Amino acid sequence: MKKDLSLNDGTPTEGTTGSGTLGESLRSQGVSRRSFMKFCATTASMMALPPSMIPLIANALENAMRPSVIWLSFQECTGCTESLTRAHSPTVESLIFESISLDYHHTLQAASGEAAEAAREAAMEENFGNYLLVVDGSIPLDNPGYSTIAGISNLDMLTESAKGAAAIIAVGTCATYGGIPHANPNPTGAVSVKDIIKDKRIINVPGCPPIPVVITGVLAHYLTFGSIPELDHIGRPKAFYGQSIHDRCYRRPFYDKGQFAETFDDEGAKKGWCLFKLGCRGPTTYNACATTKWNNGTSFPIESGHPCLGCSEPDFWDGGGFYKALSMPTEDISKTAVYTVAGAAAAGAVIGALNRGKKSNSDKIHIKTTIDDLRK
Amino acid sequence: MTEIELLSWARGPGLQIATVIFVAGVVIRIFEIFMLGRKANLAEAKGGEMSGGLKTMITRTIPDRTTFKRSSVTIVSGYIFHIGLFIVCFLSAPHILFLKDIIGFGWPSLPTPVIDAFAVVTIIAMLATLVNRLTNKVMRYLTNFEDLLTWFITFLPLVTGYLAFHRIGMTAPTLLAVHILSVELLLIIFPFTKLMHAFTLFIARWYNGAISGYRGVAS
Amino acid sequence: MSATLEKGINAFKRQIDSSVASFFSSCVHCGLCAEACLFYTETGDPKRTPINKTEPLRRIWKSEYTLFGRVGKMLGLTKKVDDKLLEEWQELVYDSCTLCGRCSMVCPVGNDIALMIRKTREGMAAAGQAPEGLIGATNRSVTIGSPMGVKWPALRAQIRHVEEDSGLKIPVDVEDVEYMLLLSSMEIMNFPEFIEAVAKIFDKAGVTWTISSEAFEATNSGIQIGVSDIAAELVQRIVDVADKLRVKTVISPECGHAYMAIRWDGPNLVGKPFNFKVRHILEVMDELRQQDRLKVATKESQKLTYHDPCQISRRGGVIDEPRRLIDMISDDFVEMPDGGKMNWCCGAGGGVSANERADEIRLKVFERKKAQLDEVKPDAIISACSNCRIHLEDGLEEYNMEIPLLSLTETIAEHLAED
Repeated sequence: MKKDLSLNDGTPTEGTTGSGTLGESLRSQGVSRRSFMKFCATTASMMALPPSMIPLIANALENAMRPSVIWLSFQECTGCTESLTRAHSPTVESLIFESISLDYHHTLQAASGEAAEAAREAAMEENFGNYLLVVDGSIPLDNPGYSTIAGISNLDMLTESAKGAAAIIAVGTCATYGGIPHANPNPTGAVSVKDIIKDKRIINVPGCPPIPVVITGVLAHYLTFGSIPELDHIGRPKAFYGQSIHDRCYRRPFYDKGQFAETFDDEGAKKGWCLFKLGCRGPTTYNACATTKWNNGTSFPIESGHPCLGCSEPDFWDGGGFYKALSMPTEDISKTAVYTVAGAAAAGAVIGALNRGKKSNSDKIHIKTTIDDLRK
Repeated sequence: MTEIELLSWARGPGLQIATVIFVAGVVIRIFEIFMLGRKANLAEAKGGEMSGGLKTMITRTIPDRTTFKRSSVTIVSGYIFHIGLFIVCFLSAPHILFLKDIIGFGWPSLPTPVIDAFAVVTIIAMLATLVNRLTNKVMRYLTNFEDLLTWFITFLPLVTGYLAFHRIGMTAPTLLAVHILSVELLLIIFPFTKLMHAFTLFIARWYNGAISGYRGVAS
Repeated sequence: MSATLEKGINAFKRQIDSSVASFFSSCVHCGLCAEACLFYTETGDPKRTPINKTEPLRRIWKSEYTLFGRVGKMLGLTKKVDDKLLEEWQELVYDSCTLCGRCSMVCPVGNDIALMIRKTREGMAAAGQAPEGLIGATNRSVTIGSPMGVKWPALRAQIRHVEEDSGLKIPVDVEDVEYMLLLSSMEIMNFPEFIEAVAKIFDKAGVTWTISSEAFEATNSGIQIGVSDIAAELVQRIVDVADKLRVKTVISPECGHAYMAIRWDGPNLVGKPFNFKVRHILEVMDELRQQDRLKVATKESQKLTYHDPCQISRRGGVIDEPRRLIDMISDDFVEMPDGGKMNWCCGAGGGVSANERADEIRLKVFERKKAQLDEVKPDAIISACSNCRIHLEDGLEEYNMEIPLLSLTETIAEHLAED
């Protein structure tokens, strides 16, 4: 890849950590100015910022010191990390990833055992108050032994690591809302980061897993502005979680016209009609899948013919069968109705009989009215 | 309770409770009515009870000319709101799916923009019925707490449904949950209020038509 | 003097059946019945809305025959029926309702409101809340045999006059005849021409008929005041005589509620089907017309309209018959707006004319009839109810209108072919 000469020469400043600015790092990785600006533009548009902000982002990113990032993984499946690393090198996403100082990450770091924990502790100490804490996975409260790292319970590690964090990014639905470990009957007593950490700014990036560029986009925002983006009522950046899948779905016109796939292999499914009847959670799910898409913008679940599962929403696993339309009852209402009719018919017959008895009694006690009975 | 939990409760246990109260209430009310009984007519018939009753069940839907002229506001607003309510309730795709899950069969739906338009028209018509109820001399005299309560409880699902469809004010899961809960509220008060007329009016019309039909008058 | 609130409440309980329960369950307070009721349209007083008149009955239905009401009653939450309520409602139930049944035809949920008010009167009367005028009329009906106090000698005298005038024999107490004619006191005292007209028509048609000296009164105050026991007693008198004389058909004269009482309520009041038929005089004439036994030679030259008496048309089912008969004698017949089963009441039926307290309001609500007449501008009005007729004359006089009132039977008789 061609080297871009116009990259600014970010003067290295003595910072809290790392090896120079992002700009330097990018250059050494062989990223062109063109592709870097493209990333900045994409990030700006995803965060709904005006085009005038693109140079600002570029400047900020180029000059940003590589901040220390500590990535903790608790009760999780590594899907979130997988998602993040799914980006093919040398995409800008992966470069940004390399351009932060990732001081601790189970899956990705080379160190192991005590050395790994020592790295974490060192990073925390060196960058106290300035490092970014990223968490994926939920935290078991039932019994700390359900999930430990180096003999440290998830709860202890989280509370300890959170103390010096500038901000916390909860990545994935497990860290944000408890996710699958939290699903009924929640055997480990799993909770989310925000259930434990109350005194820190937490950015929730839910999804099972979250979209890679959404994770990097949030990081980019933090690096650019040094602040956390505008969040919705459940802590999600509005820039990525501001609209429902349904509202941005390319199949929406079929919903409006009343054209639905009834099964996964009928004519409607082949024609790409709306998947609402097959249980699509698009209408109640807020995420960027329909616009950003997955696998470098290739497609998203609905585009490949499967309804949205609503994975970026709290308790999505317990929200009723995935293949039952949203407007359908989750319980067997017809059975309830039939039993009720039977029971109520019996009750109705009894009440009706009481009424009848009352009425016939009124006939019984009636004394024939004569003209002498017309006045008081 | 998270919003998805609320939605799940509304779609599950909440709906169960509402269904039990609604179904039991309606069944008991119907039993109460029929078990009171009615004496057979001993006078020589001039026409049929059954034919007259069945006829009036349908014909009473159309007002006579003079009544229409004298009460056009009540009739027109009532008509629009009932028809609109019917269309919005029974011809929108999600609602048909809901009913299909319970009764086992469905029917074709109308496009969402059409349903949306009817929802707006119905909301306006319902507001008109309220204004009419509060300004029309007779209706104001007759109006009691129950009339206002049933109006409100009927109005709620319309508004919450509209908001849920357009995702206004709250997040989609909350809006959907609130919409379903408002319907459950309607189901719960249904058997104990004048909302029962949706069922009993056919019984009443039958009796009316039967009484008249027996005497040879089409009522 | 033993009417009590308890008896009234018991009467309300007895009156509620499945039809009434379905009616009360269905009312949505839409107010359409008000616009169908001349007592509302002409006074603009919302308390005269038909369904409101049934309030005492509704309260008993609610608290006695609905699950919710029973619970409410236990908790002391239901509205009670007491003397104060009934006293207040007297004016609505008796003075402001002619039981015309127009409301029953417009109620969108199908409530037979007139029937409900009729049933409300049962409780009112048993609680001693009937108007004095109606109590008096009922007393006379039972003790003397006629609400106006007409006794057999008075009728006998009228019959003699008619026989002298017409030269026809009026059969009295004849057995095994086809028809037994009943009369209303009103006809006996004010319109004896009716007897003469019937005699002429039957003479030409070759019909065998009779008048009973024991039971000639067709009207039934028991129906109007709302005491089924008394109404049944009055009906039973006719049934006994009709059975004794072995007549095939009893004829109800030109009187609305009399027809309702004997034709539709009668068998239900006495609790068994009649051994004879009951027909209105209009039905009898129409049958004779069909059989070519009723022929006219001349026609009326003036513009005629027909006032449908409620209990004969809307509530009684005799709607086409008078029109076919009028067609025989008129080429210039105009229907009133809303004529037929939707006709507006004159304002004096259902016991209102027997209730002096209602004199003012019955003349006030006549404005509805006046409006109809103003639109049609007839030269004469034909009707088939002497109560309507008297009140229409009253009303026309009150509003300075000069339109003659004709009885359909009498008018037919005037135009009979001679052969």
